[in-house]
Amino acid sequence: MEVKVLTKHYDKPEYRSLEGYKKYGGYEVLKKALGMKPEEIVAQVKEAGLRGRGGAGFPTGVKWGFLPNNGEPRYLVCNADEGEPGTFKDRMMMEKAPHQLIEGMLISAYAIQSKKSYIYIRGEYMEPYRIVEKAIQEAYDAGFLGKNILGSGFDHDMDVYRGAGAYICGEETALLSSLEGKKGQPKLKPPFPAVEGYLRKPTIVNNVETLAAVVTIVKDGPKEYRKYGTEKSPGTKIFSVSGNVLKPGNYEVPLGYPLKDLIYNLCGGLKPGRQLKAVIPGGSSAPVLTAEEAERATLDYECLAEMKSMLGSGAVIVIDDSNCMVDLLKVIMHFYHHESCGQCTPCREGTGWLDKIVGSIYKGEGRLQDIQLVEQVSKHMMGRTICALSDAAAMPAISFVQKFRSEFEFYVREGRSKVKEVIANA
Amino acid sequence: MFELSKEGVEFVKKEMQRYETKRSAIIPALYKVQEENGGWVSPECVTYLSQLMDLPEVWINEVLNFYTMFNKEPVGKYHVQVCCNVSCAMNGGRELADHLCKELNIKDGRHSEDGRYTLSRVECLGSCGTAPMMQVNDKYYENLTKESAVQILKELP
Ligand SMILES: Cc1cc2nc3c(=O)[nH]c(=O)nc-3n(C[C@H](O)[C@H](O)[C@H](O)COP(=O)(O)O)c2cc1C
Ligand code: SF4
Ligand code: FES
Repeated sequence: MEVKVLTKHYDKPEYRSLEGYKKYGGYEVLKKALGMKPEEIVAQVKEAGLRGRGGAGFPTGVKWGFLPNNGEPRYLVCNADEGEPGTFKDRMMMEKAPHQLIEGMLISAYAIQSKKSYIYIRGEYMEPYRIVEKAIQEAYDAGFLGKNILGSGFDHDMDVYRGAGAYICGEETALLSSLEGKKGQPKLKPPFPAVEGYLRKPTIVNNVETLAAVVTIVKDGPKEYRKYGTEKSPGTKIFSVSGNVLKPGNYEVPLGYPLKDLIYNLCGGLKPGRQLKAVIPGGSSAPVLTAEEAERATLDYECLAEMKSMLGSGAVIVIDDSNCMVDLLKVIMHFYHHESCGQCTPCREGTGWLDKIVGSIYKGEGRLQDIQLVEQVSKHMMGRTICALSDAAAMPAISFVQKFRSEFEFYVREGRSKVKEVIANA
Repeated sequence: MFELSKEGVEFVKKEMQRYETKRSAIIPALYKVQEENGGWVSPECVTYLSQLMDLPEVWINEVLNFYTMFNKEPVGKYHVQVCCNVSCAMNGGRELADHLCKELNIKDGRHSEDGRYTLSRVECLGSCGTAPMMQVNDKYYENLTKESAVQILKELP
């Protein structure tokens, strides 16, 4: 069963408007928060154990704690760049509940004492952009934004910014450069944005879903929040399920939920006659799981880390036996090659090589040693670049060739995919 | 010579005030220029914008060349972007792109002969659960079939 905490009212179209949102308790939590001390809120978020929903799963309260106390202005930036292939939850959140995000941002901004925030939305999301822009205006008109919010003495301004098409702008330092009107190239960390971010001022970057979850935490308290999820992965999370399931879509479940229940119960399973072959559990950057691994995986940070994959953005791509793994890896490698910003040699060259090698295998021109070469190239791309895109390309590549080796070998030997035979014989 | 409309100039001036730095207005300004220049940004547009915003041309070119949503060459009236990333590829996105090329008379894989359409195969657009999908100018079309996609495109004004 789904557990709808964040998405409880998403089925109501009126929830998008300020009036509708208020009808279901909207902005009441902001009132509560403004009556608390900022550090109390930070403590609650820490206690709740909320982990960032953008991909890395870093504890949000801990990140907020990195802000220096040097009297400099602080910025809060919402990462709504959502580009990880397979992910489409932030788009839904902004479309269905823009005020939930705004309220979450306001509470977070108060907690970290920031007077200005931005929502950075990927350029293609025109519809969410318009919806969020309108919601911000509504919030200003109602006195939830601006000076002396609800008589609390707290001032806050919020605005949206539209990107222009670049996956790499989802990386937080690239995002901030883009927000400054520059090309979106990542910067070496440290300094982390919390110390030196937007316009070199202390900046907290959080994902849409992370910021929306703050509303729930402050509303119910950390204990109640921890009622769902596991010790190390508390709360619920929205999973974007796509690929070969009968009912793809966004599903909110407690962290720790069995992956097979998500696939077979909530998403209606596979098409008749099809078998599960593999699952990518956290967006295309996450190493692929075999069907056997997927059957026993639970959707929490620790289980997937133990399986040497990751929860990532919560994008579950379900792959049935009609797919050729060489073909899918080719698509994924092409993506990373296209999106590498080119600053770091291992990433620029490595993604180029992977794209080329897997592409040549796909064309039937591969040699057996090319399979090994994929692994070798990938290993040289890891842990030695400015941002994690290089690793995000290397990790899936290694997992594909290791876990589906015989399929890659067949392809190289025969110059064609094994899958067609599998289907023909089924 | 390219020039923005009066309304366009006002928009850019407002964006220059809107963010902490004037430079942040480059992206919105380029969007506006692209809109008024028939869907693409020419070198002449960059020179114009640089003067209007009083910012170096290299700054504008840096942004123009980095982001994929700015077209550096003329495009058709409808820019059709078909997602061919993994979830869409698994649900016929690539075949959809091929089919559209055939049906819309796009022989070079890019522009239709009558200049009405430009087709791009693009990366994930965040509609993976409603694959296959395409974006036409600003708008998303989801859960497509080959037939429905052709129909949508042919019915556009
Ligand atoms: C290549 C790359 C792409 C990323 N894309 C996104 C993205 O689209 N959305 C997002 O929220 N985080 C993305 N991230 C993670 C951000 O850098 C950052 O960790 C995150 O926004 C922090 O928010 P959170 O702690 O709330 O998750 C990406 C990271 C990398 C390395
Ligand atoms: S790892 Fe790749 S994407 Fe990241 S900064 Fe280096 S070259 Fe750019
Ligand atoms: S893979 Fe096509 S929209 Fe995400």
